[in-house]
This record gives sequence, C-alpha cells and structure tokens, in this order.
Amino acid sequence: MPIATSTTATAVRVRGVTRDFGEGDAVARALRGVDLDIPHGELLMLVGPSGCGKTTLVSIIAGTLQPTDGDVEVLGHDLVALRPAARVKFRRENVGFIFQSFNLLPALTAVENAAVPLIIAGVSRARALPQAAAMLDRLGLGNRLTNLPSELSGGQQQRVAIARALVHEPRLLVCDEPTSALDAENGRITMELIARIAVQPDRAVIVVTHDQRAYAYADRIAMMEDGRIVSVEKGTRRTAIGPPSQAS
Amino acid sequence: MLWIAWKMLIGNRAKYLGIVFGVAFAALLIAQQSSIFCGLMSLTVSQILDVEGAGIWVMDPKVKYVDDVKPMADTHLYRVRGVPGVDWAVRLYKGIARARLDEGAYEQVILLGLDDATFIGAPMNVIEGSIDDLRAPDAVIMDAVGYGKLWPGEPFKRGRILEMNDRRAVIVGLARARKTFQTFPVVYTRYSQAVRFAPPERKVLSFVLADPKPGVDPGELAARISSQTGLQALTRQAFLRKTIRYYLLNTGIPLNFGITVALGFLVGTAIAGQTFYLFIVENIRQFGALKAMGTGNGTILLMVLFQALQVGLVGLGVGVGLAALFGWSTRPLAKLSFFMPWQVLVMTAVAVFLIVLLASLLSIRRVFVVDPAIVFRG
Repeated sequence: MPIATSTTATAVRVRGVTRDFGEGDAVARALRGVDLDIPHGELLMLVGPSGCGKTTLVSIIAGTLQPTDGDVEVLGHDLVALRPAARVKFRRENVGFIFQSFNLLPALTAVENAAVPLIIAGVSRARALPQAAAMLDRLGLGNRLTNLPSELSGGQQQRVAIARALVHEPRLLVCDEPTSALDAENGRITMELIARIAVQPDRAVIVVTHDQRAYAYADRIAMMEDGRIVSVEKGTRRTAIGPPSQAS
Repeated sequence: MLWIAWKMLIGNRAKYLGIVFGVAFAALLIAQQSSIFCGLMSLTVSQILDVEGAGIWVMDPKVKYVDDVKPMADTHLYRVRGVPGVDWAVRLYKGIARARLDEGAYEQVILLGLDDATFIGAPMNVIEGSIDDLRAPDAVIMDAVGYGKLWPGEPFKRGRILEMNDRRAVIVGLARARKTFQTFPVVYTRYSQAVRFAPPERKVLSFVLADPKPGVDPGELAARISSQTGLQALTRQAFLRKTIRYYLLNTGIPLNFGITVALGFLVGTAIAGQTFYLFIVENIRQFGALKAMGTGNGTILLMVLFQALQVGLVGLGVGVGLAALFGWSTRPLAKLSFFMPWQVLVMTAVAVFLIVLLASLLSIRRVFVVDPAIVFRG
C-alpha cells in the first residue's frame, strides 16, 4: 500500500486510520488503514469512485469526524486526542471549508456569508465585513456584495464559498467536490481560483473530486478505492494555472 | 453570532410569521381570558372599592365575603367607636331589596344605606343631582347603568318613583358606580331610610366603616377592634382579598377560565413548537455548516434561545396588544368585564416564555446531535 509522503514540513499526517459506521453485523468499514502525509503549500487531490471513503477521510482530517482507529495529526494537533471543544476551536482557527452544495446561509448577503468565519471567531461585524468584501473583490465579486445567494449563479455562489473559506486565513483548506455542481467553465474558474489564491506556502489544500478536469490543478493526486489509498501520483498544478479570468 | 441567528430567523418570512402567530395566539388567549377573569373578580369587590375613605370594615365574625351580609346589632357601632385608635366609625347598610317600578314590574336592587350625617360610602361620581339631595324625604340615588337596565333607552327623569317594602322611594340623582357581580341596580339612600326599605329584621347593621387616627396602623387597629369587640375587622385590602379568595375557592370561575388559559397555552405551544421545530429542521444543514466552521454547541444553544426569545417577545407584544385592543374596543359593552392589571402581563409573559422555551428545547436536541460532517454530504 503506498504511503502518500512528502519531504517538506508536514501539515497533515494520517497513519493507520480506520473508520466504521454502524454496529454488530451491520458494521460498514469506510476506511481500512489509511496512511497519508500532506505538506504545507501543497494541493492534494483525493479522487476515486463513489463510496470509496474520500469524504470520510476528509471529514476526519478536517476534525468533523473521529476515526475508529489510527492517528491523525493536523497542523501539529493530535485530533484523536483532542476534546470535542478543542476540536471545535481547532476547526474555527485552522480549517476553511468549501462544500459541494456551497452551504451558504440563504438569509445572508454575499459579503455577510463570506464574513461568517470571522464572526464565529469573535471578530466584530464592523471589522469582519470589510475583510470579507476585500476577499470577494479578489475573487471578482466586488459588485455582488449585497446580493443574496438566491440572486447569484452557481459559480458566483461557489466563489462566495471560497471567500468564506479563506477570509480567516486558515492553514488547512478542505474542498469537497467544489466543481460538481458547476458547469465546465465555472468549474475551471473555481479550480483556478483555488489553485491560484488558496494555495499558500503555509497552507495545505485538500480537494475531493470526481472531476477529472480538475486533476490538472493538483500537486499530487491520491487515488482511493474501497477505503484505501491505492496510488499517489504527481500533478501538474504549477504548469496548469492559466491567466486570471472572470466567471459569469 | 446572535446577528446571524436573527438573520436566519427572519430570512424565512413564512416560518417566522407562523411561529410568531402561534405565540401571539397563545398570548392573546391567555391575556384576554385572564383579563376577563380579573374583570369578573373585580366585580366581586366593586362595592368595597366604591366605598372610599374607610380604611377598616367591621362585620359579623362569620361574614365570608362582601355580599355575605350577616346583620349585627346597632350597638356594635358604639363598641367600635370605643376602641382606642379609632378616629371615626359609621354605619353602612347593605342588602337586596325588591323594588316595584312605576309600571308595576318588580326588580331586585342592591340597597346601600349610608351614614345619615356623613354619607360615607357614597358614590364619588354623582352625574345627575347631588349627594345632598339624599337628605330629602324618601330620596334615593341610583347607579346609571342600573337605571338604564330598568328603563332602557329612557333619559333620566328626576322624581321617578320606586316602591320598596311598600314604601315610596324617589329617584333624585344618578351616580356612576362600578359594575357589580350580581348585576342588580345599586340604590343609595340614607341609613335611616334604608332600614325602612329593607324587610323588617331585628338586626339591620351590615357593616361598620371605620378609620384609624393619624399615625395608627390600619392593620394593627383592625386586630385591636377584633380582639376588643369580638367582631371581624379587616382593612380594606384584607377584605378585598378575602372576598376574592371566597369566589376563587367556592365558584367554578377560576377552573373554567383556567381551562381556557391552559388550552391557549397548549395550542400555542403546539403551534409554536411545531413551526419552530420545522424551522430548525429546515436549517439543519446551515447549523451543520456553522458547527463545521467552528461554532460550539454552547453558541448554537444561545442562537436557538435567542431566536426563541425573539419570537417570544414579538408574539407577546402582538398577543397582549390584541388582547388590550379587545378590552378597549369592548368598553361600551356593559356586559363584558375586562381588567388587565400588570399581573396579567407578567403571567402572560411567563407563559409565553415557557412556550418558546419548550419549543426551543424540542428543537435544540436536533441541532446538538447534528454531525458537522453532514455538510460533506451532497
């Protein structure tokens, strides 16, 4: 079984992680001893067929799910040993999320949605909203700050979600199928923005995807099957990123 | 975070209005029925309230409430006057008399006989004639609502004749008096006149009204009167409480109103609870996203309680406002009793906040157990 390792400073270190769902005869094993290292500054793509355990693995790395067995160390924190409240604090301070279905709050405007992580972190609205507006501006949504999610296209909603994921400058970005709800052009723009803006020397990025067009933006691609990582290949992110473009 | 909770709440207008409606409906029902109950209870003590100036009521020891008149010997007046600390004491007659109207019909009236010299216990608001007109022979003053009942639609006619106990009574004025529980017209006259209008009895003194000398505590004086005379002496407030307690304990009024209030509470809880629960369930992914992004369960609890408190406040305002509007708009209807003291507002507020608390407790568990990893499911 290949171990996805890196020679640079490690942001994520996963060893022998298993995860079971259900009990007794009905138990289903989603992860079967996963080992994975992700260094800072890397964009790792987690790919594989449906039900292979990608989302379970990324949930464990993000600190939203506990493994049944194994060790998980993220940004120097032993997530298995952390108490629930400490895991919440860890996520608040260190993790940015981009979801498949955006999960924007429909009652909040674009800028308010983007400011949510700052508000959660205790930043006042007066300070959070301008920061969120600046991030949206970087993502090409400076003219859509006061629009509700229902007034934005899918691509624009995903860019609001990217702004929300990055506004508090997390050191780990977790993206779950970020392009699956988008058309080809918006999917490309989303991946370009993630690859261009999200990847930073002190930040690791994990992207779970089925979308083969997105593979070009990866530094490494980890292939999962049946709860295991079966191969790890080098990607071509540094050569794939084209010139900046605007989404519809 | 409370700001986010507020935006989430009002973001879904239909659900928000549904919850507010449930709470407002419960508040309306609770406040309105409680106010009518208080109105009815205030009727039971209206004749105590109408007697201004007397701090102490003295009566037979067996009297249970203001309408439970047990006549005493007239000599008790002098015994009360003899108690140290009594500034003054006067007689009051209270009874039910049968009045024969000028056209031959009979009606029962509440007959009040006031001290001949001082008229203590007289109505404060005489709107036709004057209280001194009672000094004329056979003179009576009637309450305006009662006059309207006996002669509907007819203007006041001074000198109109009644007969009570085969004696002639002449109406010389009209007064505004509080509505009474028995709904009979109230007829005021001098004490010496009242005992002639009343059916002949050996004892006729209903109450002795007394007041303490300056600096004497009414409660202490009432206790002293009781111990020295063997009569029952109560301060005005104590007599009010005793009368109300009698009606609370011996009639079905509190039970009937209590059932309606309880139904309002249950219906309000059901509507608000169900709608609030649906609101939470609909937003469960959003709460999941907030949890994934690092919002703790304590903050989530605060958010849900804040949302509940918010709908509680708006619902309470709307419900109590509508109840007050109902009371205000039904003022001209003499048959409706509506009295909304501050205690009704407090009780309604407590009930409403129990409703929203129950509603939020029903929902909060769903949010607590939601797995933040829910957001990774498409």
